[in-house]
Amino acid sequence: MIAQRKILTDEMIAQIETLASRYPTRQAVTLPALHMVHAALRQVPLEAVVEIAEVLGLAPAEVQDTLSFYQFFHQDKPHGEVRAFVCRSISCALRGGDELLEHLCHKNGVKPYGTTADGALTIEPAECLGACDFAPCILANDDLLTNMTPEAAEAELKKPRGRAT
Amino acid sequence: MPAFKPVLLEAVGVPNGHLLASYKSRGGYAPLERVLAEKQPVDVVDMVKASGLRGRGGAGFSTGLKWTFLPKDHPGPIYLCVNADESEPGTFNNRILMEDDPHQVIEGIILSSFATRACTAYIYLRYEYPRSWHRLQAAIDEAYAAGYLGKNIRGTGFSLDIYLHRGAAAYICGEETGLIESLEGKRAWPRIKPPFPAIEGLFRKPTVVNNIETMACVAQIARRGVEWFKSIGVPADPNNPRDPGSYGPKLYCLSGHVEKPGCYEAPLGITARQLIDEFGGGVWKGRKAKAVIPGGISMGLMTESELDTPLDFAGPGKVGCLGLGTAAVVVIDDQTSIVDVLHNSCRFFAHESCGQCTPCREGTSWSLRMLERIKAGKGRLKDLDLLAEIGSTMGMMPGSTICGLADGAAWPIKNAINKFRSEFEDHIKRTNPTGWMVTEPVPALQIVEAH
Repeated sequence: MIAQRKILTDEMIAQIETLASRYPTRQAVTLPALHMVHAALRQVPLEAVVEIAEVLGLAPAEVQDTLSFYQFFHQDKPHGEVRAFVCRSISCALRGGDELLEHLCHKNGVKPYGTTADGALTIEPAECLGACDFAPCILANDDLLTNMTPEAAEAELKKPRGRAT
Repeated sequence: MPAFKPVLLEAVGVPNGHLLASYKSRGGYAPLERVLAEKQPVDVVDMVKASGLRGRGGAGFSTGLKWTFLPKDHPGPIYLCVNADESEPGTFNNRILMEDDPHQVIEGIILSSFATRACTAYIYLRYEYPRSWHRLQAAIDEAYAAGYLGKNIRGTGFSLDIYLHRGAAAYICGEETGLIESLEGKRAWPRIKPPFPAIEGLFRKPTVVNNIETMACVAQIARRGVEWFKSIGVPADPNNPRDPGSYGPKLYCLSGHVEKPGCYEAPLGITARQLIDEFGGGVWKGRKAKAVIPGGISMGLMTESELDTPLDFAGPGKVGCLGLGTAAVVVIDDQTSIVDVLHNSCRFFAHESCGQCTPCREGTSWSLRMLERIKAGKGRLKDLDLLAEIGSTMGMMPGSTICGLADGAAWPIKNAINKFRSEFEDHIKRTNPTGWMVTEPVPALQIVEAH
């Protein structure tokens, strides 16, 4: 038992228990629990992994094993307030997706997967966002930015946005 | 061809078309009420089998037949997993269905669960679709409130819960056993089959995995009948006893170098040329097509001269492609380098290979490194033979991997090199005039990031 939890709030624990009733095993709540923490903190630090494992009755290594499979979760440092997935798969690439990514990284002074010094923006290359009818596109938190030009995207990513759910 | 009216996409453009009231006003849920009042599960299985519906997720396996693989008289629980991890590059028809007509999908799920005696359906939704997530959850809540979900639905004794489960941006979760592993909270490593999911699937119980568009088709078959469904598409080839035909409407995703990209509903068997010209407004900027991806990038490439191939389940295979796949048609114009296209494809698969099987993990990453080198002007003609060798040795078909991801990675390589070899040779000779003939091993270029 952990004497005191530092990351998971009582609300999160209650939510995890609600979710647990939907599955015959508690391990199935691993991804939902990781999403929950990630949405709140923009990262899933190791302490959270230990706490999730404890709540789900798993070894921390089992949770970390799952977490590390999905490149999705930031662990050591939170991603920016806006997390921009810039699509680079074929339909977007044919309409300038790679150039869009390069422009945004250059203008914001970051490498792909990097976060700006002020913590406002993380730019990540993404594989197909499933919005090829609007190529090239970007998923910025929960907002789909469609038919982007480099200039329009630069301006869009300066705007504040709601949190990613 | 008689005028074809969209059915699966009926709600697109209808104000509030995603709400329950709108869906019911279009005739929705009445078929479900009828089935629950009058039919047995086996009747629904027989109906779907008789319709000839083939899975819309990519493999094109008969949906009704898949359901019959479940063990008879199993004490349960039986699970239905609905695959909404639509990640094949170029594909977005599931997104349109979930956002614009979620109740059509849900009615299909309820009917399919009734048929298979599933008590719980999990919709595995990719992370990248937050709008679908909210729309689906709202629609599920409406369906519970209306008594279409929950315990003892309409007094029949049939109970069903639908839960949304969100992925975390990994292509491999679209593979049915990868999806199951991911849903169980583990890394999404596909399982060795057999046992197939119908025997031992989610939580080691009998499980059916079906695609979102397949669910929408089930709802429409229940509403409009088997005869209606079979009147659309391409009948089975009488000279081929193993061809089950390609029946029904299909959502084609048209993107890339066309004037009007979009999701268009057409009878199975429309040609790529018809799609591009009649729906897509032609190749953009008045150009010509150089190549077209027939059904998502893993299906390979068709050349301009192959564009009259019917896009049914059997068509693309006749011109050397892997199949119809997800019917995501991506148009590549004549100003585009096929080297760049193949590089993009190799980068995708190197990134998305789950790493479980060595031929795929190494094959995808080395093919990317070779394409990086060719693109950078350090290619050699020998690389084309090496790439072709990788293409023909990794995958389920050569028997070297657990799942089909590697076949999907191999097909664009094989097609590109077979069908566009002279362009690769010209590129290599032009950009590497002093080294194109070298056959000794050369080091890979350093790639900034591959995984």
